[in-house]
Amino acid sequence: MKETIFTIQNNSPLTESVYKMILSGDTSEITSPGQFVNLKIDGLFLRRPISVCDLEDGLLTLIYKVVGKGTEEMSKMIPGTKMNLLTGLGNGYDTSVSGNKPLLIGGGVGVPPLYYLARKLKEEGKKVIVILGFNTKSELFLEKEFADLGIETIVATADGSYQNKGFATDVLPKEYTYVYTCGPEPMLKAVFHKIQTSGQFSFEERMGCGFGACMGCSCKTITGYKRICKDGPVLRKEEILWED
Amino acid sequence: MGRLSVNLCGIEIDNPVIPASGTFGYGYEFAEIYDINCLGTFSFKGTTKEPRFGNATPRIAETASGMLNAVGLQNPGVEKVIREELPKLKNVFHKPVMANVSGFSVEEYVYTSKLLDAEEQVGWIELNISCPNVHGGGMSFGTDPTEAAKVTKAVKAEVKKPLIVKLSPNVTDIVSIAKAVEAEGADGVSLINTLMGMRFNLKTRKPIIANVTGGLSGPAIFPVALRMVYQVAQAVKVPVIGMGGISSAEDVLEMMMAGATAVEIGAANLVNPAICRDIINELPEVMDKYGYEFR
Repeated sequence: MKETIFTIQNNSPLTESVYKMILSGDTSEITSPGQFVNLKIDGLFLRRPISVCDLEDGLLTLIYKVVGKGTEEMSKMIPGTKMNLLTGLGNGYDTSVSGNKPLLIGGGVGVPPLYYLARKLKEEGKKVIVILGFNTKSELFLEKEFADLGIETIVATADGSYQNKGFATDVLPKEYTYVYTCGPEPMLKAVFHKIQTSGQFSFEERMGCGFGACMGCSCKTITGYKRICKDGPVLRKEEILWED
Repeated sequence: MGRLSVNLCGIEIDNPVIPASGTFGYGYEFAEIYDINCLGTFSFKGTTKEPRFGNATPRIAETASGMLNAVGLQNPGVEKVIREELPKLKNVFHKPVMANVSGFSVEEYVYTSKLLDAEEQVGWIELNISCPNVHGGGMSFGTDPTEAAKVTKAVKAEVKKPLIVKLSPNVTDIVSIAKAVEAEGADGVSLINTLMGMRFNLKTRKPIIANVTGGLSGPAIFPVALRMVYQVAQAVKVPVIGMGGISSAEDVLEMMMAGATAVEIGAANLVNPAICRDIINELPEVMDKYGYEFR
């Protein structure tokens, strides 16, 4: 974990409610895809955790959906604005166990962390497949960027307005060696029950600190209590315990 | 004895800055950011006899200038704390530490306090009779002078280390509780724990916090905390640890001027993890500016 000042380079909408923010600063503490940063926003007390979408040459890309006060404030920020970030937070995706044909499944605003992951897996010479699930065509983002990495990109829209009609889990390919996923909990649950391999799942929870101190985001797992912010957000399929 | 040092219930500490229980874990996460040995001491995560998962999530909500939490005393239980956490803590913090104890009966408070009291690393027992987020324990002891006195007396009889009782602000008269625990042998009091509050989610029309209510902390509560510290410090002879919304060296000075011997810093750690170090570094300059000394 490191506390660093970043500068916003770009901040623009990708859809009606989803924005892409590019920041420059010291990213040395970010060690794996699936980690997140925790942003201090003027006028708000708690920091806001946002997953890392991409990382290259000191530039950090965040893609976030406006869902409340914090993200609304973020959407109004202009290039040149300085932001205080805690970086290197969370236990990210482990690419070493992926096999040669990993499947990535993202739902809505759960898609962004899979981009950096896909790039890493691709760099490791693996044949990556990604499924992107959205409600409707107008909410779609990152499809082109995934395709530009040269990986097989499948889109599912719940209303059928673009490509396959249905959920991400309705269009699973026949062959894959491992699954990495991030998205709303109902999707994660569906993925959990439908996939034939092991996998890693990224969870979301309201956090206090984001670095393991306050126990605000704890969950129960097969292997004991885990903090989503510190022991997660990525949990292995074998340790997930669904509570209804 | 440095300029910042203070005497907390018979133990000299290098400065009066103490991270508050529940906002600092066992120190490990903060030790990644700075050498936590610069702290006066710290109060580690509230410990109970049995392991506890705590409340359902969400446990956290934003508020104006603060936050609500309803963690519900998640901890691995006193045996595991002694077996696993204290040896690890020893690697990152080499001073006496404050053991925060909670319970659901007088017997549990005594049991847990006694075990922690026997640990060499523990300098003080902080008896948490003011957690608003558990049911049938915690705060129910801290909102009634008779109950507060009873648990203080029982624990005091069994521990050798200084006993500090952490008080709840969710009472009509905090002074009467402070006097009651002092009369039964408390060596100090710490205040205030969080103020009970709630937030609703406008979309779901339901409370944000799964526990319905949570404890309010952060700068929003500082003036309330300061007022209570002032009132209690006038009424008791034992040292008072002031806490509640402190987030700057200036806030520390206000608390000291109100009668505190030391301060605890809570919610601010969660937002600015190096805040306690920064405050310690800034204290001499701010003390110079206002010509104020702790002794």
